[in-house]
Amino acid sequence: MDIADFFDTFFEEAEELLADMEQHLLELDVDDPDSEQLNAIFRAAHSIKGGAGTFGFSVLQKTTHIFENLLDHARKGELTLRADLVDTFLEAKDIMHEQLNAYRSDEEPNQEAYERICQTLQQIALEEIGQTLEAPVTPAPVVEQPATVTDNGETPAADEAHLLVTLLNVGEKDRTLLVEELEQLGDIQSQSGDEKCYEVILKGSVSADDIEAVMCFIIEPEQINISEVAAKAPVEKAPNPAAAPTADSVACEADVATVTTPPPQGEKNTPVPAKEKPARAASKKAASESSSIRVSVDKVDQIINLVGELIITQSMLDQTVSDLGDQSVGNSSLQNGMSLLQRNARDLQEAVMSIRMIPMEFVFSRFPRVVRDTAGKLGKEIELITEGKSTELDKSLVERITDPLTHLVRNSLDHGIEMPDEREALGKPRMGKLVLSARHQGGNILIEVRDDGAGMDRERLLAKARENGLNVSDTMSDEDVYQLIFAPGFSTAKEVTDVSGRGVGMDVVKRNIQGMGGRVEIQSKKGEGTNTRIVLPLTLAILDGMSIKVGSETFILPLSTVLESLQPTKDDMYAMAGDDVVLKVRDEYLPVIAIHEVLDVENAITDPTKSIAVIVQGEGRRYAMLVDELIGQQQVVVKNLEDNYRKVPGVSAATILGDGSVALILDITGLHRLSRAKKEAGKVVSNPHLSYYKEAEPS
Amino acid sequence: MSQATNESVLAAAEAENREFLVFSLGDEEYAIDILKVQEIRGYENVTRIANAPDFIKGVTNLRGVIVPIVDLRIKFHLETVEYGGQTVVIVVNVADRIVGIVVDGVSDVMTLIPEQIKPAPEFGVTLSSDFLSGLGSLDDRMLVLVDIDKLLTSEEMALVDSTSNR
Repeated sequence: MDIADFFDTFFEEAEELLADMEQHLLELDVDDPDSEQLNAIFRAAHSIKGGAGTFGFSVLQKTTHIFENLLDHARKGELTLRADLVDTFLEAKDIMHEQLNAYRSDEEPNQEAYERICQTLQQIALEEIGQTLEAPVTPAPVVEQPATVTDNGETPAADEAHLLVTLLNVGEKDRTLLVEELEQLGDIQSQSGDEKCYEVILKGSVSADDIEAVMCFIIEPEQINISEVAAKAPVEKAPNPAAAPTADSVACEADVATVTTPPPQGEKNTPVPAKEKPARAASKKAASESSSIRVSVDKVDQIINLVGELIITQSMLDQTVSDLGDQSVGNSSLQNGMSLLQRNARDLQEAVMSIRMIPMEFVFSRFPRVVRDTAGKLGKEIELITEGKSTELDKSLVERITDPLTHLVRNSLDHGIEMPDEREALGKPRMGKLVLSARHQGGNILIEVRDDGAGMDRERLLAKARENGLNVSDTMSDEDVYQLIFAPGFSTAKEVTDVSGRGVGMDVVKRNIQGMGGRVEIQSKKGEGTNTRIVLPLTLAILDGMSIKVGSETFILPLSTVLESLQPTKDDMYAMAGDDVVLKVRDEYLPVIAIHEVLDVENAITDPTKSIAVIVQGEGRRYAMLVDELIGQQQVVVKNLEDNYRKVPGVSAATILGDGSVALILDITGLHRLSRAKKEAGKVVSNPHLSYYKEAEPS
Repeated sequence: MSQATNESVLAAAEAENREFLVFSLGDEEYAIDILKVQEIRGYENVTRIANAPDFIKGVTNLRGVIVPIVDLRIKFHLETVEYGGQTVVIVVNVADRIVGIVVDGVSDVMTLIPEQIKPAPEFGVTLSSDFLSGLGSLDDRMLVLVDIDKLLTSEEMALVDSTSNR
């Protein structure tokens, strides 16, 4: 076992602490700060500092140290908070996060950013509390023990102290491990003792708390006793109470300029730190550990896969039993067992799927910051309201929705909501309103970004579209006009700003959302605001499908793409140049894709009037697909084809049907491209598989 | 990973002797490295993939994993290709993928010593000698030793996306 094994734990904890810190900073009311919140921010900084010191992340440790000192003054009311100070604090938090990420990927953190933030924080300390620093009564920054000036255990000032670490009732195996850990922390001067009581004298700059923090991974806090010993001739047994804090502030400043200079202070004979605090922390930790565990996503996915298999096996059994017919009717225990198995399997599947579900709060929690920063940059006043934080969504979707959502929010802030003066002139409140909401709707989740800004200008969009050479007409529906903003390179912003307007992005947003099996809808009213709605499936692993039959083969169409189905009549079918065929459906002409032609299915119905036309929608276009038969709707487990094979044109994935056979899930736009490629190639290609790729290359 | 360890352990232990799974395609006998073989099963329930080369029979469900099935008989232009109770699928593990290959039958497992492995001569078009690791001679039998890794990941098998960005 190596100390590196604990790195991940630290990284994850630090990440959570930083997130907490940010949340509290954002909620902080600068005029009347809540002391609980200040304490929480301080504690987060302190914990990160402790961990960073333990694991030797010196840059992070020093940054947090300076930050922590400032926070300490703030929570004691010696530092008056202002909005710009909170901004600086947020920046410091960001830099700490970057440092953490750098350490995580085994890189050295950005030295420049580190020096800059240290200087800024230092500057604040000098300007805002310059006088109070000199005041002799300022105690050292000690958590919850501000009175004990002599307790120097907290400050990681570069004191080269000798610490006596006593291990009580520790077995030999654990002991070797602990001694190894101690070697990482400092020089071991001597070690002796037995199982009951083992003493190690350690020379180094780590604090007692840090040692304890490391040891607690292996043994209980009660088993450790740490005290400082005077190694050399003690200079001062009882230090001047006034001297210590000064030394601390010196040390704090020295940290920035030269890091290694220890303050000219002798060893202090410190009493053993009070035991209650770590004990309390430990019990708190134990409590939270029992309520949740960290499991790697791979393991969860494995369970989900296995449960999927179980479901398939169960439905195969079910099929077999129903095939038995009369024989099984008499056997009621078999019947009962089967229905029980079915219920249990479904429940199990639901329970397992819920493991992957995480609340939207994880996404929404970052937006107060985004809105604050963006609004500040644009000089707008914006109130952010989030609704439905507890709505749960598949983890992989949550990760992938964040970027598109950020883009939409920025867009709303930049283009949607007007400047405060403008709003006032229009008779709206100065403060713009942005609502983020999430809720379930059927088998989908609906995420909305709503603003009460200017709304979209139909005429301007159309004019811009013409300018860009897009094919538009005045008779287009509002919905279609609004969808224009998702065209690549489309931006109606009068000028390019820092925030948006380059026209890059909205097309990416749409592509990302479609990649997740979802869609974007826009509702807007000029002068009243815009509502961007993202409709996503609950999970990527399971798809609502419509099974269809062509010839003897079964395919799955994603239900979200299916609009309706109808029986085409001869009068509604029109041939166009070449062998293109369109189907007239309620005054709309839809390109016809005959699946049996595109996918070379044998023994399929070739007469369109005898087949069924399924009207489907893909990437905003509608098509009529000719199939032989509709089998029904069912939920299918999506299986990747590329794992062992390759991407297949016209097919997005595969699934396993109840009888254990594989069915392909069709990709609407892929099929359309394939059908065009095939027609262009004149149907006489020796190897259509390869030729498709060549044809499709430019797109 | 275990395969890599197996291989290295085996290589160290009996430095030269290699074991091969022998299968038949028509009248010819072929052999592949037994360490590449995951399992052997019957041919059943294959879902056709449209627009794929004819030797790719389709995909099948191997305990929840979608696995492509390649018929080597079609690939090697054998005259009679029949599917019956005796038709066998050898499931192999190559390049972190699982692929099933259809053969006429599996006969046995052979250990070949280096002297029995002769270099492959330059071959015709059907089976490039790039995909052979040699010819094994065993009494009066000749085994064509196929480098299944190279064969299945080759461009012409169209089993793997030629460019990774697709």
